[in-house]
Amino acid sequence: MKKFYLVMVALIVASMVLTACGGSAAAPSGGDTAASAFKVGQVTDLGGIDDKSFNATAYAGVERAVKDLGVQGKYLESTQQSDYGKNIQQLLGEKTDLIITVGFLLGVDTATAAKANPDTKFAIVDYSYPDCFGDAKEGQTCGSASEMPNVLGLTFATDQAGFLAGYAAAASTKTGKVATFGGINIPTVNIFMKGFQAGVKYYNAQKGANVEVLGWDTAKDDGSFTGNFDSLDDGRSFAESFVQEGADIVMPVAGPVGLGSAAYCKETGACMIVGVDTDWTVSASEYTDVILTSVMKKMDNAVYDAIKAAKDGSFKGGSYVGTLANGGVDIAAVKGASSDLNAELDAIRKGIIDGSIAAQ
Amino acid sequence: MSNLTVPAPSAEKKESKIGAIWRAISVPVLAVVTGLIVGAIVILVSGENPISAYGALFTGSFGSPAAYVEGFSIWFSSGQTGALVRAFYPLTESLVIATPYIFAGLAVAVGFRCGLFNIGAEGQFFIGALCSAFVGYSLRGLPMIVHLPLAILAGALGGALWGAIPGYLKAKFGAHEVVNTIMMNWIAFRLSDWLLKGPMKASGFRPVTPNIAASAELPRFFPDPIRFNLGFFLALLAAYLLYWFLFKTTLGFEIRSVGANPDAAKYAGMNIIRNFVLVMVISGALAGLAGAAQVLGVDHWVGQGFSAGYGFDAIALALLGHSHPAGVVLAALLFGFLRGGATNMQSIARIPIDIISIIQGMVIIFIAAPAIIRGLYRLRGAKDDDEAVLTRGWGK
Repeated sequence: MKKFYLVMVALIVASMVLTACGGSAAAPSGGDTAASAFKVGQVTDLGGIDDKSFNATAYAGVERAVKDLGVQGKYLESTQQSDYGKNIQQLLGEKTDLIITVGFLLGVDTATAAKANPDTKFAIVDYSYPDCFGDAKEGQTCGSASEMPNVLGLTFATDQAGFLAGYAAAASTKTGKVATFGGINIPTVNIFMKGFQAGVKYYNAQKGANVEVLGWDTAKDDGSFTGNFDSLDDGRSFAESFVQEGADIVMPVAGPVGLGSAAYCKETGACMIVGVDTDWTVSASEYTDVILTSVMKKMDNAVYDAIKAAKDGSFKGGSYVGTLANGGVDIAAVKGASSDLNAELDAIRKGIIDGSIAAQ
Repeated sequence: MSNLTVPAPSAEKKESKIGAIWRAISVPVLAVVTGLIVGAIVILVSGENPISAYGALFTGSFGSPAAYVEGFSIWFSSGQTGALVRAFYPLTESLVIATPYIFAGLAVAVGFRCGLFNIGAEGQFFIGALCSAFVGYSLRGLPMIVHLPLAILAGALGGALWGAIPGYLKAKFGAHEVVNTIMMNWIAFRLSDWLLKGPMKASGFRPVTPNIAASAELPRFFPDPIRFNLGFFLALLAAYLLYWFLFKTTLGFEIRSVGANPDAAKYAGMNIIRNFVLVMVISGALAGLAGAAQVLGVDHWVGQGFSAGYGFDAIALALLGHSHPAGVVLAALLFGFLRGGATNMQSIARIPIDIISIIQGMVIIFIAAPAIIRGLYRLRGAKDDDEAVLTRGWGK
């Protein structure tokens, strides 16, 4: 009977600790402001909240709104496709004021829920309507701004920042070859690569140089893709083969896969990395030595602005496009850049903003 | 390597029927209770309150009583069903999650009955879902009475084919089904990746299949957003048919005999090879039906991340349910309610959904090692003749 007593004792102790906790834990959550607070809920895609990519960056915007605007914020993680709808319903059941969904795979569920709940506001990252998914005809679940005025699509002209990164990479390469690869060949990924290639070409035209881009060709609309957004091993082997082909700067557009490339560059010292989505000297600071620059897609700012607009009543449906002009995209400081290069990048930035330079 | 064994739910004992049932269910029930206690301790250690967490889990899986009262009172007074639908949503959603669990659990269970360990249910699930989706979206203009059965059949056939290959390799060449079903999983995953990016991709940029036609959808019974559909009843029907097949037919007896003792079954003139292939076909078909029910009843399209491991959880379900169809249904309902309530627990109590995986994992450990539970609760040990071999060791 010894074990039985042991279990009983453990249970009694646990229940005592429990009741003690219960008293203190209940107090802060039962504040009287809770009832009237503006509620924001984020539904993640399959990568989860700590993917160091778009789910995490979007939630950084929610967290900032919680701190600065006093809204209530929470997230629900999706582990499979059927969770999207379920998580959105959960937030609707809690009378959430603004629901933020992350990723184009949530496009259908977001549109369906938004049509059924016109009083709730929605913002979806990396997707914009109208998009007639499924068999929908125009005017069904395509989600045009007039059809769903309560949905804001948040998209980003990352080709503009990619252009700057391409130019900086072309100016920094010692071997005359730079490379990029992606996770899957979809527009939200290859738009980085298109801008990157265009930036390199612009550098060649300006300087009479002949820097080559490996891993992407806009003319063929194809390039090197790992086929996933999670294998660090793939990131390592892609970087390794690009280095063997003579490249010394790599831009991995595949979320955490790129960390494998960064690890390879750090170990061998054979290459530099252009980070994507966030400033990698901050989000992956262990690789700071090999980060040339980062193409920043400021989803946190866009989400924060959407929350702010929804809270003060100025929320409008349609789509938001982050650009260099509105600060929605940009590049981080270029490591070791000469003052000449920085001046050239500033001039290009101005050129893209006023339209005299095409980013693709 | 030692054999994985659990007490058989045999009722032909001299003791009373209630005693026999308790002997059969005591370990699973206590394993679940112990799993929940361990989960509570983990929640406690992570600085949250287990009581409020489990409260949220409960209302998330069954619905909150207050919401039911409110829903019914609004319905009676004004005839509006919105609040009522919302009140029933959690309960129906738990049953929706249980549906593929039932099919997949049966798939692994029928394998265990024949001494085969089908780890390939996940791959068979994917193939079944893709076959159903293909029939669902590519055929147009058919009446539902033709289209829906065709789409379901396609899922079953796809899964059956994916199960038959390792079954045939086992029967013909003695290649171990564990290795081969795992390999078939990887082929299924990569094949579905390729299909979703290429031949089966919908127009537009998203790597997903087109939506299936309305005539291929499993009918839903309640207004949106309730996704509860005919699939749940099909799953129960499948469980009943499997029970009838295993315990009331000659072929079912043969399968169980091969599982219990293949050498004896061979001496009795039973065709071992045919039974191996047959069981893997049935197992694969059931796993394929799980995918079919999910795509035709719930999602209506297939994208990457279609399954969160139904096929792997199914192994636990078969163990928990003693490889008996009724036990599998109960186990699937339990997992459905756990998964169903997890969303609410995550949202209200801020407990990561991973805690549910921990509870499931603990339950599986306690089921796989019943001695822990027996020791913990001082249960009588199982008698030697009260054991049913689930899988044989390697190299047989």
